[in-house]
Amino acid sequence: MTLLGDVVRWFADPAHYQGSDAVQTRIYEHLAVSGLAVLAGLVIALPIGLYLGHTGRFGFIAVNVANIGRAIPSLAAIALAIPVAATLVGVQNGLGFWPTFLALIPLAVPPILTNAYVGVRGVDRDVIEAARGMGLSEGGILRRVELPLALPVVLAGIRTAAVNIVATATLGALVAFGGLGRYIVDGLALQEYDRLFAGALLVALLAIAVEVAFGTFERAAVSPGIRVQQRAF
Amino acid sequence: MTPGEPLIRWDWIATHLDEFAFRLGEHVELTVIAVGVGFAIAFALSLVILRAPRAEGPITAVAGTLYTIPSLALFALLIPYTGFTILTAEIGLVGYTLLILLRNIIRGIRGVPADVREAAVGMGYAPRQILWQIELPLALAVIIAGLRIATVSTIGLVTVTALIGQGGFGFLILTGMQRSFFTTEMIAGAVLSVALAIAADGLLVLLQRRLTPWTRAA
Repeated sequence: MTLLGDVVRWFADPAHYQGSDAVQTRIYEHLAVSGLAVLAGLVIALPIGLYLGHTGRFGFIAVNVANIGRAIPSLAAIALAIPVAATLVGVQNGLGFWPTFLALIPLAVPPILTNAYVGVRGVDRDVIEAARGMGLSEGGILRRVELPLALPVVLAGIRTAAVNIVATATLGALVAFGGLGRYIVDGLALQEYDRLFAGALLVALLAIAVEVAFGTFERAAVSPGIRVQQRAF
Repeated sequence: MTPGEPLIRWDWIATHLDEFAFRLGEHVELTVIAVGVGFAIAFALSLVILRAPRAEGPITAVAGTLYTIPSLALFALLIPYTGFTILTAEIGLVGYTLLILLRNIIRGIRGVPADVREAAVGMGYAPRQILWQIELPLALAVIIAGLRIATVSTIGLVTVTALIGQGGFGFLILTGMQRSFFTTEMIAGAVLSVALAIAADGLLVLLQRRLTPWTRAA
């Protein structure tokens, strides 16, 4: 396979580790925009999901928001974020980081919100009654009883969001952002298959690494007594 | 964006209805092939897993990895081998449906109550008859739930295949971006794609009600 040889040479070339197009820079950009988008998604979706789960209100909406999120084409989210970014943060920011960041947030919200709701709703009613009987406040019940018990499901939602976002951040290269998608988009445009293939390999490995890292974190963070594998898919 | 241009130019929409119809056909074709082939493969793999449960770990690991790899990366990895063709698009799209379909087919069949299975054995059903006449009909609701998720996800992913020269409504989104962000065309592509996903989901719900009338009473 001459292509694989080219790809190996591409990775071995020191020129690809220098300057603004360096591999480590692209990985950093990719992770930075993804991390910020997941954080923004958490800030928006987690309180809403936990609150709705605690009160049990608007369940239909909370559960179906994930299905709606799945229907949003990622390409459309990136494309439509351009006019949105230009309006919100000024025309000079209409390309690059801002549209990528803004496009990723709506992809983070649905899985986090739905899983937070489903997780808290799934806590045994008897346990909550007992906590209330012991004199815990509503906030105390949510923080000290519901959240720890719902943690596996909540974390699974964050993992789904993070993996989705790392995947979609690749498309940021279409709106002049950096990240690893740069190699794919430039490789396609210039018909340089070694760059294209190397970029695709890096993106795939990064997504798998994020999935594995979150999985490991989940196992470490969750009490062994309540370990359940569940994802509001 | 060109300054002074309205967000949506309805006159442009009115003159491009033929193109929308053409892209609709493309989008539906890419989706139907992907979900159809994906279902056939997932069904065969499910039968393997049900017969040999040891195969479940490796098979779901492969399907899970395929599901994790970003779509654009998967297409890019295939391009040196299969080029800018519908085959590249379909290999990627089929790959994404596998995990969802596999999970739901297995969960559906395993969810059939043991009593029902035993009753069938007692009535003299052969294993093949149990699968086709007892387990699959009872698993249908869960299987169709998987088909709904796979179809809606695939319709969204088809837009990404615009980057490798396919794309359906994604083609409109991409050309809109290339024409210095012509919002009318981008919005048209996005709205039509979401509308198609909602319509397909609705059709599958109707299909499920038709095929499993007993679930309606519950």
